[in-house]
Amino acid sequence: MPTKPDIPIALDVQDLQVYFKLRGSGLSRLLGKEGGTVKAVDHVSLRLRRGEVLGLVGESGSGKTTLGRAILGLVPATGGAIEHTSGGESVDISKLRGRALREHRTKVQMIFQDPHAALNPAMTIATQVGHPLVIHQKLRGAELRERVVAALESVGLAPAEQFMGKYPSDLSGGQKQRAVIARSIILNPDVLVADEPVSMLDMSVRAKILQLMLDLKHKLGLTYVYITHDLATAKFFCDRVAIMYLGKVVEIGPTDEIFANPRHPYTQALLKAIPDVDPAKQVPRDLPRGEIPDAARPPRGCSFHPRCPLARAECGWEPRDLKALVEEHWTRVPVDEYEHEHAVVGGLRELNTDAKTVLVQPTRGGTVAEIFAMFTKIRDENPDEPLWSGVTRIEQTPDGVAFDFAEPAEIALHPAGSSEVACVRVNAQ
Amino acid sequence: MSDPTIYAQHIRIWYGTPAGPVRAVDDVSFSIQNGEILGLVGESGSGKSTIGRGLLGLLPPGSVMDGELAFKGEDLLALDQKERFKRRGRDLAMIFQEPLTRLNPLMRVSEHFTETLRTHFPKISDAEVEKRSLDVLQVIGIPPSRWKAYPHEFSGGMRQRIMIALALVLRPAFVVADEPTTALDVLVEAQIIRILRDLAEQFDTALLLITHNLGIIAEACDRVAVMYAGKIVEIGDARDVFSDPQHPYTQELLRSTITLTTDGLHSIPGAPPDLIDPPSGCHFHPRCPKAMAHCAVAEPPVRNKRGGKPEPGTTDVACWINQLADVPEDARGPLERGEISVADEA
Repeated sequence: MPTKPDIPIALDVQDLQVYFKLRGSGLSRLLGKEGGTVKAVDHVSLRLRRGEVLGLVGESGSGKTTLGRAILGLVPATGGAIEHTSGGESVDISKLRGRALREHRTKVQMIFQDPHAALNPAMTIATQVGHPLVIHQKLRGAELRERVVAALESVGLAPAEQFMGKYPSDLSGGQKQRAVIARSIILNPDVLVADEPVSMLDMSVRAKILQLMLDLKHKLGLTYVYITHDLATAKFFCDRVAIMYLGKVVEIGPTDEIFANPRHPYTQALLKAIPDVDPAKQVPRDLPRGEIPDAARPPRGCSFHPRCPLARAECGWEPRDLKALVEEHWTRVPVDEYEHEHAVVGGLRELNTDAKTVLVQPTRGGTVAEIFAMFTKIRDENPDEPLWSGVTRIEQTPDGVAFDFAEPAEIALHPAGSSEVACVRVNAQ
Repeated sequence: MSDPTIYAQHIRIWYGTPAGPVRAVDDVSFSIQNGEILGLVGESGSGKSTIGRGLLGLLPPGSVMDGELAFKGEDLLALDQKERFKRRGRDLAMIFQEPLTRLNPLMRVSEHFTETLRTHFPKISDAEVEKRSLDVLQVIGIPPSRWKAYPHEFSGGMRQRIMIALALVLRPAFVVADEPTTALDVLVEAQIIRILRDLAEQFDTALLLITHNLGIIAEACDRVAVMYAGKIVEIGDARDVFSDPQHPYTQELLRSTITLTTDGLHSIPGAPPDLIDPPSGCHFHPRCPKAMAHCAVAEPPVRNKRGGKPEPGTTDVACWINQLADVPEDARGPLERGEISVADEA
């Protein structure tokens, strides 16, 4: 990964975990059961060199925003370290609390997604852009005003006098985002976390804001973490890109490499799914099914396996995938056939588990043989369905049909070309 | 040829505000055939959502709409409120953005469908409700085993599918989809666009797809209308418009869209105009790189791209460049204008 070893590292995220505890129901708390945990960021390591732009790309629920907020200390880290180096001094942001953390935030700032919500509607632009200076440096009077004018003019809100007395409602979306950027750079930070800074803006404005951010980066020597779901802007804006899925980085590498040679099936799917303005280029029909799963109950093995078109036996197949397959089968059969099958197997609640072995029991009206016949039929409909490669045993027992699932392989980032990829298929090559 | 599903001519919609009337939609004409998807693309404030709501009669109080609007040959604007209410849902339906907030969290999926169907067909039996609903839900990829589930048990993409199914269960002939994928991830967005495309074909529905995303238009639509400041500046076959854009705004919009093949940033100078007091002549002239002196004085009429009368099947443009013969010779020179200050930039 070290492409330019001579440039110092600005931010070193090591094995970061951010977990959120779920409360669970009242009864389970009385019984002393744990409510479960959402692993929003799950053992993520990243390095940013000074002046670099790193893109965090993923769908909603991938943990990219939580990771960005953890870098500012806005959410507490459960484990790992976030080492920030500035002016020769290194600090672990994840260990800072209270005043020390607030002071440190003068060096790491955030640009929020929605400029309409990030500005206080009751404050003038001058007041809120200058607010960080009042809080951290106790500036006031002419000196404060001078710094605010400089910040506004550096983001293109010039002449500054025209904007200082205005309220956010007087500004267009692009102007508001400029004000938000002015507020985030006024303390001279060296790292900026930009959370979807252009996704709420119109197409014709996006380019202007991205250009402004690039100009500021060169002028002020900034390092960016650019959080986005939009691969097209990431391709243009970033030096390196990390693709996230369900709290984990599944692929990371130089932007050129990721876009020219996407290796993880998820990255490949994301790239194929972007609708192009050229009507001759149609989005292919073989895109991953379903959606990002519930982070409180992540899939076994590779989190992407239930949607992966290239999944194999060792990817972590489990009973819940079997349920999804049956439900998908039910969207294709005639309603009376569904009603018959549903009467035999019931709601398939027993499949709501990630256990290695599961027993599908017949309802009062059904028999084991009927269940077996149903699964055989579903299997014969599409024998190439990757799930079946992960089923090591289907057996009729006196109590029901028993399924065994293959043991998942270890999934971790491994080098592939100049990228790193977490996929058993890629790593086996 | 039979009447188009939607025939809209010279539609104007104004909103009353304390500062004066906002001309949100200003003399817009188009028609949609059955089974056809017309994409309406424009930036925020261009009036695209207002058109969608206006077609369904869902404009807020304080707005006025005039022009000619016919649904299968029937004049919709002549109907009284009660008659329009009856048409809504059964003949003309809407798929809203943000499916997360549009379903009632206290109602099961089955109850949503029962309510929708019973409002229009009070006599229909429970079994018939279930049959009709499951038919549509299946097409859209929701397993019948989820019939009694609550909205929170579904993911965002599934909820948008349910919203689409709710709109389609009454088999409307015309559907407005207003930014149906904005809250969704790119992979789910692709699934929903494909569903909309298949449905227009399968149910022969006329669909108006409103979006700011040019990629979605190129992916899903047969025809496209580009809106700027309350007007349709260009309308025609989607392939034709995207491969050979005529209006300078369409050209600039395509250039400023960031795609995977973008290698340089491009943006349109200036900002969209104030629709209380829109610019004289062509609304785009203050930002137009090709503006002539005439553009600031006279508003360009809609002509087909060769300069002749608009006809079915032609790409039509409202730009003087396509009708140069009608521009006085002394007014063809480049428009002289002041610098656009950074302050006016969006």
